[in-house]
Order: sequence, then structure tokens, then C-alpha cells
Amino acid sequence: MKGRVVIVGGGVAGMQTALSLKALGIESLILEQSRQLGGKLTGWHLLFPTFTPAQDVVAPLIRAVRQSGIQTRFGCKVVSVDSRRVILDSGERIDAAAVVLCSGSTLFNAKIKEEYGYGIYDNVFTSADIEQMMNNGKVAMADGRTPERIAILHCVGSRDEKVCQRHCSKVCCITAVKQAIELKKLFPDADVFNFYMDMRMFGPGYEELYRRAQIEHNIHFVRGRISEASPLMDSRVQIKAEDTLTGRPLRMSVDMLVLMVGMRANDDNAFISSSSGAELAENGFFKPRNSFMDNVLSTKEGIFLVGTISSPKTVGQTLNEASAAAIRIAEYLRYGN
Amino acid sequence: MATNFGFSISKPRVIDMDANNLRKSDDILASMPQLQSCIGCGACTASCTAGNLTSFNFRKVHTLVRRGEYTGVYEELNKCMLCGKCRLLCPRGINTRAAVMTIKRTLGDF
Repeated sequence: MKGRVVIVGGGVAGMQTALSLKALGIESLILEQSRQLGGKLTGWHLLFPTFTPAQDVVAPLIRAVRQSGIQTRFGCKVVSVDSRRVILDSGERIDAAAVVLCSGSTLFNAKIKEEYGYGIYDNVFTSADIEQMMNNGKVAMADGRTPERIAILHCVGSRDEKVCQRHCSKVCCITAVKQAIELKKLFPDADVFNFYMDMRMFGPGYEELYRRAQIEHNIHFVRGRISEASPLMDSRVQIKAEDTLTGRPLRMSVDMLVLMVGMRANDDNAFISSSSGAELAENGFFKPRNSFMDNVLSTKEGIFLVGTISSPKTVGQTLNEASAAAIRIAEYLRYGN
Repeated sequence: MATNFGFSISKPRVIDMDANNLRKSDDILASMPQLQSCIGCGACTASCTAGNLTSFNFRKVHTLVRRGEYTGVYEELNKCMLCGKCRLLCPRGINTRAAVMTIKRTLGDF
């Protein structure tokens, strides 16, 4: 075994992979593009379906990485990968015994769906904005007023040919239910409407949370995609949709419109794929070698996949994959693939 | 004196949530919170004896009530024969037959 295992990305995927490798006695190096560990979860407030603070997951991982002396380098932008080395944009080459891609995914840019007016109208927000506002301790309309009616739109940048994102981002349905409950708790007098295409409550406790949202929190669910949003004189927003369960068009004005942005493949995936030979799926995410037996293996020997680099997934699934990948890496280092 | 030009103007079909008053809907849901857990599967309508012979569609009717669209609902619900087959099927365990009666009682004085 020459060199260390190089982990690209210092989010929960990268940190847990490094820790699981460490437990097996394998040294690794984490290359992180930003200036801190934690990835996307750093900006998140509570996690579904248990309302666990995201910090309760991120902080112990960061502490464990520091305590176990796992080497971490910040400000590292990876431009080329193969199973033996990683090249940074500075031109530096880092030898690797194996490479693990943990660089996650990108949140869909809601401005691309211009018909919803994100970045144009003041009271249109994304799910990430809501998490940020919750973290900052104040959720309110743009002018600081308390919202009386909130609409949450599912599938923004997911299941949508118009923006080249055919896949389902998987976690937004349950995130929408979670945020609807949080908003209803903050504003008990407000009406919260979720506009959904399908409710994909795939995980343990998710369907139960959906049911609680309906019965205990009186959240309204309307099946239909909002077609457009337009501004009103008082900076509120008017939305149009079809209420498909009654077969009639529906119109309403809301104080806040929240767009549940999906996960899309990183732009970088294309050149990491072309330099490494690890193939991408049609949706731009990395393709696992086999969806049953080899989920954490890329199609290229010596390159492993953990987390949302290969498809949208939950925090729990990502952490499980990290442990699974560590075992497969140990086998690879000992016996070859 | 209105002149008949041989055409008419259709009323807008849109559900205008700003104009609709949800108070009666809220009353119904308050007395029967389980109705909110409907997932719109349509099992009630599929099994409906009345729906087999008429245009009666309980899923659609109660959804309209929840949007504040009460016009014609009471008359529509008169088509229900209260046989209760829908209640046997509802995957969310909603007492759909009781829901028919609750909605009728609430909208009766409308």
C-alpha cells in the first residue's frame, strides 16, 4: 500500500469515511474546498424526521476527526482524479492508495425557475433560506412582518425536464413536511399549504410525521404544481396551481412562498469523471458499479463513492455508506479489487 | 332589456382562496380531525355504490369543501346512500360515512 487514502470533500460523508478508515487502521487525508469541515449540514437547522439539531451530528464528527489526528487540508480544489493520485488546481499532485469521492451535490439554483420569482420578489424563499433563518433565530417576511399564509412548493429543480433535472431529489418531501411543522409551530395562526406532486415518504417515521402534520398541525396539502407566482401591490405573492384532486384551477395570495430546492449533480463531476474514467449516470451523478452489491464503488477500480455524489440521499444513508466504503477500501488495499 | 346575442359568458372555474371563507371547513375539520389525513387515493370513490350510477365522488366533494367551495355540496351529498363501503376501505381509517353526515350537518344551514 502506497500513500494514504485521499478523501475529496469534508462534509459528513468525508468525515465519517475518514473515521471508519481510521478504525480499521487506515490513514487518510481529507481535501476540503472551503475553509471548514461540515459541508452543507453546517447551514442546516434541524434534521427530519426527529427534529435533531444538525449540529448534534456535525459537531461530534468534527471533534472526532480532530481528536483522531486525521489530516485535513482546506482550500483544496481538485481538478483531476485517478485511482493513484489527485491533482489540485495549484498543480500539486497528491499520491493516493485509493480515492473516495465525498464531494456531495449542489443545491438547485431556484432563480432558474424564473416563473417562481426567486431573487425577484421579496417574499419568495428557498428551503435553504428557511433553515438559515431558523438558525439565525428569526423567520419573517422580507419586511419583518409575521406571515399569515405560507405556501411550500415541492419539486423545485426535481422531476423537471425543463431544467434538465429528471430525477427525484428524495429528501425534499420530508423536508417540506418538517419545515411546514416548524413554521406552524412558530406561527400557530398561519395557514400553511404544501403543493406536492407525490408525497414520497420513504423512510422510517416519515409517513407518521406526514400524518401528524395533517392531523395535529392542520397543514393543508394540495396536489398540484404551482405554475407561476406574481407579485402583489403589498409585496405578497399570488400563486396559481391546479388542485388536481378537484380538477379545478386554484389561485391564492400568500405572505411567503418557500421553494423546496432539489439536489443536482456538481458541475465538477464532469471533469472528475473524464479524468478518472469513473462513469456518470444520465442525471450527472456518479454511477455505482452495481446498485445492489457495489453501491460505494465507482465504475473505476480504486475510486469509491460516498454520499450524495452518487445520488440524493439522507444524512443517515450517507453515514452508513461511509462505513460500508471503509470496509470495501480495506479489502481493496489488501486484495485489490 | 337584455338582448340575446346567442352566446354566454362562462363563470371562472378557478378556486379563489382569497375570496373563499374557510370557516365552515375549519368547523368540519375541528369536529373531525381525521378527515385531514386524506391522501386522495380514491378508494372511497372506487367502492361507492352511488358513484357507480351517478357522478357522485366523495373524494372530490370533500376536497372542494376543504377549499371553501360549498356551492352544491349538500345536494351532491344527498346522492350518498350511507352504505358505508367506503369506510371499510379507507387506508387512513377515516370514518367517511360520518364525514358525509358531518359535512351535511355543517353546510345544511348554509
